Amino acid sequence: MPDGLERLRSIVEDASLSVAQKARQLAIAADDLLAYLPLEAQTQRALDERVICDMYEGHAPYTPRYVLADFSVVLRRGSDHLELLAPTSLADAIHTLMIAYHHVPSVTGMPVYLGQLDELLLPFCDDVGDEELYAEIKRLWRYLDRTLPDAFMHANVGPSDNRVARTILRVDAELKQIAPNLTLLYDPEASGEALLARAIENILECSKPHVANHPLHTAAFDARGYGIVSCYNALPLAGGASTLVRVNLKKVAERSRDAREFLDTILPNYVGLAFDLMQARIDYLFDHSGFFQSFLVEEGWIDRTRFAAMFGVFGMAEAVNTLERKAGRSARYGSNGGADDLGHAISARLAELVAAQPLDNVWRGRAMLHSQAGLSTDSETTPGVRIPYGSEPDPVTHIRALAPHHKYYPSGISEILTLEETVKGNPQAVLQLCKAAFASGFREFTANVANNDLVRVTGYMIRLSDVKRHNELKVSRTNTTALGAEAARLTGILARKPRVVAHELAAGDR
Amino acid sequence: MNSPLATVSKILTWSCVDGPGNRLVIFLQGCNFACPSCHNPHTIGVCNHCGDCIPACPTDALSLVDGLIVFDADACNSCDACLRACPISASPMTHVYTVEDILALVRSNRIFLNGITVSGGEATLQLKFIIALFSAIKQDPELAGLTCFIDSNGHLGELAWQRVLPVTDGVMLDIKAFDNGTHMALTGRCNRRSLASARSLHAHGKLFELRYLMIPSRTDTDLELDQLAEFASSLDRSLRVRLNAFQHHGVRGEAREWEKMSRAGVEMAAERLRAAGLANVVTPSVWI
Ligand code: SF4
Ligand code: SF4
Repeated sequence: MPDGLERLRSIVEDASLSVAQKARQLAIAADDLLAYLPLEAQTQRALDERVICDMYEGHAPYTPRYVLADFSVVLRRGSDHLELLAPTSLADAIHTLMIAYHHVPSVTGMPVYLGQLDELLLPFCDDVGDEELYAEIKRLWRYLDRTLPDAFMHANVGPSDNRVARTILRVDAELKQIAPNLTLLYDPEASGEALLARAIENILECSKPHVANHPLHTAAFDARGYGIVSCYNALPLAGGASTLVRVNLKKVAERSRDAREFLDTILPNYVGLAFDLMQARIDYLFDHSGFFQSFLVEEGWIDRTRFAAMFGVFGMAEAVNTLERKAGRSARYGSNGGADDLGHAISARLAELVAAQPLDNVWRGRAMLHSQAGLSTDSETTPGVRIPYGSEPDPVTHIRALAPHHKYYPSGISEILTLEETVKGNPQAVLQLCKAAFASGFREFTANVANNDLVRVTGYMIRLSDVKRHNELKVSRTNTTALGAEAARLTGILARKPRVVAHELAAGDR
Repeated sequence: MNSPLATVSKILTWSCVDGPGNRLVIFLQGCNFACPSCHNPHTIGVCNHCGDCIPACPTDALSLVDGLIVFDADACNSCDACLRACPISASPMTHVYTVEDILALVRSNRIFLNGITVSGGEATLQLKFIIALFSAIKQDPELAGLTCFIDSNGHLGELAWQRVLPVTDGVMLDIKAFDNGTHMALTGRCNRRSLASARSLHAHGKLFELRYLMIPSRTDTDLELDQLAEFASSLDRSLRVRLNAFQHHGVRGEAREWEKMSRAGVEMAAERLRAAGLANVVTPSVWI
């Protein structure tokens, strides 16, 4: 990518970007012109070599990476700052949310969290008929897709089976939009199997929603709750995540003689450097950016003590295969053998290191481990702890190989299961697979169905037809299409097996 | 008591096309039909340990030990050269399982499964094993919730069906052709027993699905389709009838010269069957 002013010019002249997309990218490029935060030499070197990585969040963080505002506050009390009274009707409540979304920033410049929509709207639905509810939700859905076209933006529904959740599922399957992304929080007790079955029907239509294992997530958070945002990150509600720093496990393995040295010395060393980078970014956000002097804090939409630090890892498959090779073995990650045991040992070790490191200005004083889904520019590493593209086994073997990792990654571990199109004739099989995944310890269940136009690139959705059009140099209405197109170009994802690659953000984009 | 053994060509723990829900599918080796159109011809024969496939293997995964073929799965690179070399459409890569072996596999995958299906080859050639396996599943409290299905060409006789049906929840039955001459040409056998099996299975409430492979100018004729419609209607208009399309994948020999069945042709046939009153006609959900 060209540097400095040249980069600004290339953004200005990129015919495939809309005006708003150009303005956004220009802002990112300008931030990159500032000097980076001061770092220790060792940390700086590890960052330059990209053994540790700041997700290109920018040189001077002025907003948390993910903000999960508690929208029940503005719906209950209104807002002095925004001069809004508490809404009294469904139309009012939706209108209030539409305003509120524009005041909650995140790393994408757009809201990543739209709230637990059924719980938020149900109190306004008592005298609302089914058709009116359907029409209101449909308008909201169109509004979101057309004005905030970013597939990182995420709505949650569940765990109870209710009218609003049902209506949202109905509208979502009907419109098949990229935005918003959708998660069903599923609890076998509270939700009932019928709601899950309905969600599975939707998945077969449009590869949405993502399903979260609610009892497992509930146990990892507190009474104020959590939300699922962006690429299936689980984070404290009324807070979020200040930053995400990730470690490239493949590069750490390349710098280790053997598995022992990896686990005992080299990995702890780089984990330590990642903590330094993380703390420096958090300190800047809290002490210099002024972010927390916002009305969002004053009015109680967010609480500055509820921001997590996400400790991401990726390239587990390559790390394990590298260490196996160094030991003179040919075992491969993801085949249910000894190589998988090494992978599980690495996850356990990471969890131990993360639990041992206190951090300031971080929720509960500790980082949260995260299996990171990748960037659109990662070309030789597999996202998170996933099994490499093209060598994925059948979904059952796949789930069994990865389930032991899930307990170590409370802030999210996204797996995309690719299901052949024949499942469309047999939803019961997918329902069973989902229930079994949860019973095996999966925190979340995400499936792509081959040949759906709407598919996932990591946690966000793209339309294959949009990527095709983007590549023919036409402007795309949505931000994530460009990322999907870049991921497609760099990694050949669309030529692969039905699975669509997992790449979160383009380098330099947020 | 000596427990029956099964010769198995393959086991899948994920299948959404062999009955309702996700099923563990056991493909049993050996078939009593010899269809040129078979998509898995290497499951037809049963190995006689002649050793002819050994020199074809590039990775030395095959050997003869005490006159029996031995297959080393770790050395195999799945090139299938041995399958092409075998003169009797058998495979040296089969495994022999006891009922207990399969039960252990079913148990360890229990939460993922809605049921199990035995397929082939022709599964019912190893009927004793099927009866023992299904009975064991029905008697095991942990496994009793699983449904037990058979995928069959229907050549099994009435008395034999009566032995397996009490422990069987459903059968998917193939009818290759209604004209007996066509059936003879396609399978080497007459179709009387297959049709009788379909009637009897239906009468016992065990016919889950009737399957029909469409092959251009052989089984896609109006005459064949009308007989299919008439036959299915005589059982039950809401019977699930699945149309499959002949393709070249896996097919060997003369049938590779046969025309492939087009999607349009299958859709037209489905319409014809629906117009004739069949309410549950299923067409392939995937076209390659
Ligand atoms: S498929 Fe057959 S020929 Fe090929 S490596 Fe395996 S055993 Fe040998
Ligand atoms: S698989 Fe075929 S060629 Fe090989 S030993 Fe058996 S019968 Fe002979």
